[in-house]
Amino acid sequence: MTTRAEYCVIACAEAWRGDGEVLASPMGQIPSFGARLARRTFSPGLLLTDGEALLVGPDGRPEGWLPYRRHLTMVTGGRRHVMMGASQIDRYGNQNISCVGDWERPTRQLLGVRGAPVNTLNHPVSYWIPKHARRVFVERVDMVSGVGYDRAVGPYHHLRRVVTDLAVLDFATPGHAMRLASVHPGVTVDEVRAATGFELVIDGDVPDTREPTPEELRLIREVIDPAGLRDREVAPR
Amino acid sequence: MTDKTMTPDEAVGRLRSGMTLGIGGWGARRKPMALVRAVIRSQITDLTVVSYGGPDVGLLAAAGRIRRLVAPFATLDSVPLEPHFRAAREQGRIAMTEYDEAMFMWGLHAAANRLPFLPVRAGLGSDVMRVNPGLRTVTSPYGDGEEFVAVPALRMDAALVHVNRADRAGNGQYLGPDPYFDDLFCEAADTAYVSCERLVDAFPSGTAPQTLLISRHSVTGVVETPNGAHFTSCVPDHGRDEPFLRLYATTPWPEFAARFLSGRTEDDYQAAVRAWREEDRT
Repeated sequence: MTTRAEYCVIACAEAWRGDGEVLASPMGQIPSFGARLARRTFSPGLLLTDGEALLVGPDGRPEGWLPYRRHLTMVTGGRRHVMMGASQIDRYGNQNISCVGDWERPTRQLLGVRGAPVNTLNHPVSYWIPKHARRVFVERVDMVSGVGYDRAVGPYHHLRRVVTDLAVLDFATPGHAMRLASVHPGVTVDEVRAATGFELVIDGDVPDTREPTPEELRLIREVIDPAGLRDREVAPR
Repeated sequence: MTDKTMTPDEAVGRLRSGMTLGIGGWGARRKPMALVRAVIRSQITDLTVVSYGGPDVGLLAAAGRIRRLVAPFATLDSVPLEPHFRAAREQGRIAMTEYDEAMFMWGLHAAANRLPFLPVRAGLGSDVMRVNPGLRTVTSPYGDGEEFVAVPALRMDAALVHVNRADRAGNGQYLGPDPYFDDLFCEAADTAYVSCERLVDAFPSGTAPQTLLISRHSVTGVVETPNGAHFTSCVPDHGRDEPFLRLYATTPWPEFAARFLSGRTEDDYQAAVRAWREEDRT
């Protein structure tokens, strides 16, 4: 029986399919398992980091040096696909990690914009949201940190997908409004709709998120996350 | 060769209220904390702080020394949100110039290279442009005609950085995995003070040249402060002090400041930390 967390790992891994030799930068545990799964299976060209200043192979052994300033060169050079978090996100993929409320005097100060502005203008970006809820999927974000489709400028803006504990969303619509691409098995379309603070594009029958192959399940359970940390980020249900 | 060694308090004695102060390191990594603590012992205030922010920002904000923060974030890494930075922002006690990480780096590069600005593909479309209405754009003069943000030079009056080793002339060596942007901070500032875990008379022959990050021409003063990055990391000399970091993040500021920051010198701080550790163990 595949768990919800395992569907999330698969859905995150799929974000990097076909990416070639680019740096996979996952923020959060499940995206990180997804990147490693993609690297070990269908996207063997991916580069991974140890979270500090090294590029590492799937066994953790070093294959390159990646201090912050070189990391920023990979961003602007375009050889990277990040999966960031989002405190708020809207229908066009505008993302906020800076603060909640008025920027001048926020009700909740968060991280700051970090690298979200530069990421979203320079290379593919996906998002991971471990708890799909209306306070995250909002009509308007309070501070645009990552740039969405309706505000994008320059030739390299590309939001790939948004993975949550309930579903996969993308922007494959004529106006790039967020679309429900698949629901994880056991989740209904109405459940996703109810947890989203704006109207999602839903065209026809929404498919289920794909099943992992037996080999992918083995890699997740025995090699990538034998301690079962994935269930702490997305609880079994 | 000029001997540039001084104590933390002598280095900070060269600073003045109202200055623009750059602080090296990244988040809770290799921050010149002994020098930050010396600022808190001084009367210096009204600072514009330029930093990839960590507890340096939190401490200075809580102590009421920051007028304006120029930063893309402030974090303790293992504790994602910096509590004192948050409180200062939520209570409207500090002004902020919010930059993206790359904009910030190119601002340092521009300052180090005596350029008024550098063009970047970052910021456009985001609310960084809304909250920093002074930012200008430039159009590529070549065929593509793309529009960029012209990030202004982040020129500073003084920079504070921390490295693993330094000599008396101000050459600084890092032994960890990441130089962060410390050499750029020194070059982007009119004066720079380098604290180090250990002062050396000379770097041994066979020293890997690429570890010699900071060059003496960009350094004003050298300060030996063993464990001076505490409680941030300074690998391989020491990692991050996670129990102390959590103490810092959860203790009300007046209580924390009274216990750890009310001494007259950096040695008093280090002694207070040792006493806490003994107590914590029992």
